[in-house]
Amino acid sequence: MKIAVCVKRVPDTETRIKVGADGASIDEAGVKFILNPFDEFAVEEALQRREKAGAGEVVIVTLGSDAAAETIRTALAMGADRGVLLKAERIPPDGLAIAQALAAELRGGGYDLILFGKVAVDDYNHQVGTMTAELLGLPCVTAAVKLEIADGSVTAEREVEGGLEVVGCALPAVITCDKGLNTPRYPALKGIMAAKKKPIETRAAALGPVRMSVKSLGLPPDRKEGRIVGEGPDAVSELVRLLRQEAKVL
Amino acid sequence: MASRFEGVDFYDISSLLSEEERAVRDTVRQWVDDKLLPVINEAYIAGRFPKQLIPEMAELGFYGANLPEEYGCAGLNNVAYGLIMQELERGDSGVRSFASVQGALVMYPIYAFGSEEQKKHWLPKLASGELIGCFGLTEPDYGSNPAGMITTAKETSAGWVLNGAKMWITNGSMADVAIVWAKTGALDDVKSIRGFVVPTKTPGFSAKDQKGKLSLRASDTSELVLQNVEVGKDALLPKSGGIKAPLMCLTQARYGISWGALGAAMGCYAEALAYAKQRVMFRKPIAGFQLQQARLAEMLTEITKGQLLCLHLGRLKDLGTMRPQQVSLAKRNNVNVACEVAREARRLLGANGILVEYSAMRHMANLESVYTYEGTHDMHTLILGEDVTGMAAFE
Repeated sequence: MKIAVCVKRVPDTETRIKVGADGASIDEAGVKFILNPFDEFAVEEALQRREKAGAGEVVIVTLGSDAAAETIRTALAMGADRGVLLKAERIPPDGLAIAQALAAELRGGGYDLILFGKVAVDDYNHQVGTMTAELLGLPCVTAAVKLEIADGSVTAEREVEGGLEVVGCALPAVITCDKGLNTPRYPALKGIMAAKKKPIETRAAALGPVRMSVKSLGLPPDRKEGRIVGEGPDAVSELVRLLRQEAKVL
Repeated sequence: MASRFEGVDFYDISSLLSEEERAVRDTVRQWVDDKLLPVINEAYIAGRFPKQLIPEMAELGFYGANLPEEYGCAGLNNVAYGLIMQELERGDSGVRSFASVQGALVMYPIYAFGSEEQKKHWLPKLASGELIGCFGLTEPDYGSNPAGMITTAKETSAGWVLNGAKMWITNGSMADVAIVWAKTGALDDVKSIRGFVVPTKTPGFSAKDQKGKLSLRASDTSELVLQNVEVGKDALLPKSGGIKAPLMCLTQARYGISWGALGAAMGCYAEALAYAKQRVMFRKPIAGFQLQQARLAEMLTEITKGQLLCLHLGRLKDLGTMRPQQVSLAKRNNVNVACEVAREARRLLGANGILVEYSAMRHMANLESVYTYEGTHDMHTLILGEDVTGMAAFE
C-alpha cells in the first residue's frame, strides 16, 4: 500500500502569538513550529497501515519554505519513508491554491490512500484536504475517527452531532483524520537519527492563483478577571441572578 | 501544574542546538510530561522505582544513547545525550539516575573496556531494556576513596572468584547484571583493579534494598554482597586496568549529571514562576513582590549560566578534548545550583511547597543525593584545587 500524508508546519499550540508589523500575519521571531497536531494522527495512521500490511511506502508531502523540511523530518523520525517539499516562499491563505499544488504532486503518484489532518490549527480552514480530493476526482471522508481497509475499499467512522456515522468508499481515497483515530507515537531517538538519512525531494510548488488575502489578524481580548460572588449556599441565588442578567448564559 | 513544560531558555540557547538535538530534547520532554510526571509522585511516596517505564524508555532509545548504532544504541552526540538527561531529571533525579547507570556506568564500561564478543552479547540487550544493569564500585568504607577498595577477585583455572561488598548501588536489587570492580592483586595494588561483568543470579551474589531513604525514593538503591561468586574468564573486561577505568565511567556519568541537575532546577523554576503569578497575597500575585522576584531572577541567572556551561562542555566532549576536571567543575557547579534553586522554589511556594503535588521538595530532597554521589561536591572542589595548584589536598 502506498500512502501519502500531507502535513503542515504550524506554530506550537502553546506559543504566545504576536501579530507581525503588517497586522495580518504572525511574527515568527522566537516562535517554535511543530507538525500540525491533527497531521500527527494522519502520519500515525499511515505508519500503522504500513506495519499491518508488512509492506508499502509512506510519503510525507508538505508545502512551505525551506524550514518546512524540519516538519517533514519529524514525520520521517516517526517512521515515514521519504518526503516531498513543495517549495513556496510562504503558504498562501487561499486553500484552493495550495490544493492545486498538492494535487499536481499527488496525481499520477499511484497512491492508494491520501491522508490529511482534518484541519490545520493555525488557520482553521478545513479546506485543503477536501479540495485536493475534488481536484483529484477522488472520494473524500472528513474527520475520520476509525478506519478499516479491506479489499480495495475503506470503511470510516465519523463523529457527528450526537452520534456516529459509518461511511464507505472505494480506494484510492482521501481521508482527513480527527483526534481519536489513534495515539501518535513519539519520534524515537533512533528514528530521529535515521530521519537524517531519508530522502526529501524539493521542487517548486505549482500553486494555483491566490485569490484571497488576510486583511487583518488580531489577538482575542484579554479575559476579564474572575469574580467571587460569595461563599456557601447563600451565594447561589446571587450567582444565578448574575448568570441570567449579566452573563446571559442561563 | 498540568501545563506543558516549555523549557527555560532566556538566552535562546536552543538556537545553538542542531535540529536533531532539539528533536531529541522534545521527544524526551514530551515523554516526561505524558508518562513520567503522572506517576512519579505515587512512586516517590511508595518508595519504589516506576518499573513500568523501563520498556518505553528503551523503545525510545534512552539507554546508552551516545553509543554506536551497531550495538543497538541511538548513536547520538554528547549534547543530545546531555539533553536526554536534562529532561529526564526535570521529571525525577531517580529516573535520570536509572538511565545514567544503565548507559554511562554499565553500557559504557562494556563498550570501552569489553571485548567485541562482550559488546555484541551485552550491549543490545541493555539498550533494549531486556537486561538491567548496576555498577559496583563504592564500598561501605570506601566512598570518596574508591582505590582503597577491599573487594577481591582471585584467578582460578576456570575463571575468577569474587568476594566483597558494595554499597549505595543504584538499580542493585533489580539488576540482571552488575559491573563489579575488584582488586586482582594485593590490597595495596591499585593497578590491579579490574572490572567484571557479573550476572546477578550467580550463586553467592546477593542484593539488599537500602531502607529508610528520604531522598531518591523513586530509585532502587542497594547493598551488594559477593560471597565466593564464581564467574568465567569471559566475565573480565579485558581492557580495564587500574582505578582509571572506573573513574572514566564516572566521568561519563558526571557529565550527564551536570545536565540532569539543571533539568531539575528548570522544573523547580518553572513551577515557582507559575505559582508566583497565580498565588495572590495582599491583593496581588506574589510574583509582584520584590523578594519573590529576587528569588526568580537568581534562579534564572544560575540556570542560564549552567546551561551555557554544560552545552560547551558537551561540544568539547564531542570534539574529544574534554578533560575530567572540566566535568568536575560542571558537576560541582550545576548540582549546587540545582540544590539552591530547588530550595528557593520550595520556599517561594510557601506551605504548599512541602506537598508532593508540587515538585520542588521532591527535587530538593533528591538533589541532596546528587550533591553527594558521583564525587561529592567537596571532592570536586579538591579535584579542581589539585588541577590548578598541582597539589593534591585529599591524600
